[in-house]
Amino acid sequence: MTDADLARPDLTSAGYPAERVSLVDLLDRVLAGGVVVTGEITLSIADVDLVVISLRALLTSVSALTGQDPEAERADRR
Amino acid sequence: MSEDSGVWAYAITEEGHLSGPEGPVDLSWLTGVGEAKVRTVTSGGLAALVSDVSLAEFGEAALRENLENLDWLDEVAREHHYVIDAATRLFPLLPVRLATVYTGDAAVSAALTERGGQLRDALRRVGGRVEWGVKAYAAQHEPEGPNEAEGPDEAKSADADGEPAGGSAQPRTEGGVGLAYLRRRRAQLTAARETKTAAVTGAQEVHAELTAKAADARLHPPQSPQLSGVRQPMLLNAAYLLDAAGSVAFTAAVGGQATAHPELRVELTGPWPPYSFVGGDDDGR
Repeated sequence: MTDADLARPDLTSAGYPAERVSLVDLLDRVLAGGVVVTGEITLSIADVDLVVISLRALLTSVSALTGQDPEAERADRR
Repeated sequence: MSEDSGVWAYAITEEGHLSGPEGPVDLSWLTGVGEAKVRTVTSGGLAALVSDVSLAEFGEAALRENLENLDWLDEVAREHHYVIDAATRLFPLLPVRLATVYTGDAAVSAALTERGGQLRDALRRVGGRVEWGVKAYAAQHEPEGPNEAEGPDEAKSADADGEPAGGSAQPRTEGGVGLAYLRRRRAQLTAARETKTAAVTGAQEVHAELTAKAADARLHPPQSPQLSGVRQPMLLNAAYLLDAAGSVAFTAAVGGQATAHPELRVELTGPWPPYSFVGGDDDGR
């Protein structure tokens, strides 16, 4: 089987680089997955939702790259 | 080790895996976060892959701040993943969650000793296995809102072309165009609803089929369109755990599901180290 056998998302419509998309998949895993072995330094940030932190950062960055969020962009086209 | 440096952990394995029949595993070529050399800390038959980091950048306060910086997070997540991904090709391991930092080797050893039983259980469960990511979106369908090509404006723009038939036909077709538009619009909305329902059902079927072919499965929250970069809603964001030898058959099964479900756009990622099958709710399972 090759990649061509699977439908690929149209990344060009997103307005930001494809590598950002794979970063999201990576963050799904390295922030929410992975064994939690209490680290002395990170003990006190264990209660902070790391995924929320990172997604906030990601959304901020996407807005910065596109100049506006996709919802607003869609509304403008109507 | 100086006072202002800490120890970043990447993965945990059994000490025995580091000295195979062909000799000890050489990790001297492997660099991690901040391009620091990866080394091992062993305790009670377990080994952690670690590297030294500066507490100015990776101490608690700095971590809090840096995790909000996408460029920093991007780089560090990739460096962390690189070490785990490379090592997972050499021996079975447990990935450690991003941003696990210790004050020194003694703290790493203590953690290995304290959690030894649970870590060994987890290693038996996922060690040597890989995960495949499958995302499914509703396939592209007709836009839900009116646009220039389909709305009543169509009639107006035709008139503007100044075709001779346009002027004389207008009074007769005005109501017809409006009614036809409303009918078409209603049909569009109904079709869009049905398409969405079919896609949701399809995604559930895909997940059930693939779960049956995997050793284990986990669902991640669907990514928003801003994050996924795909305008259609993500209906499935799943991870499947496979024996290394099962990957060929599994990826073929994903291709088969993509073909069997034209209402979906299916995307495959992997193979990943088994991140999604350790930690979180499964911790200590």
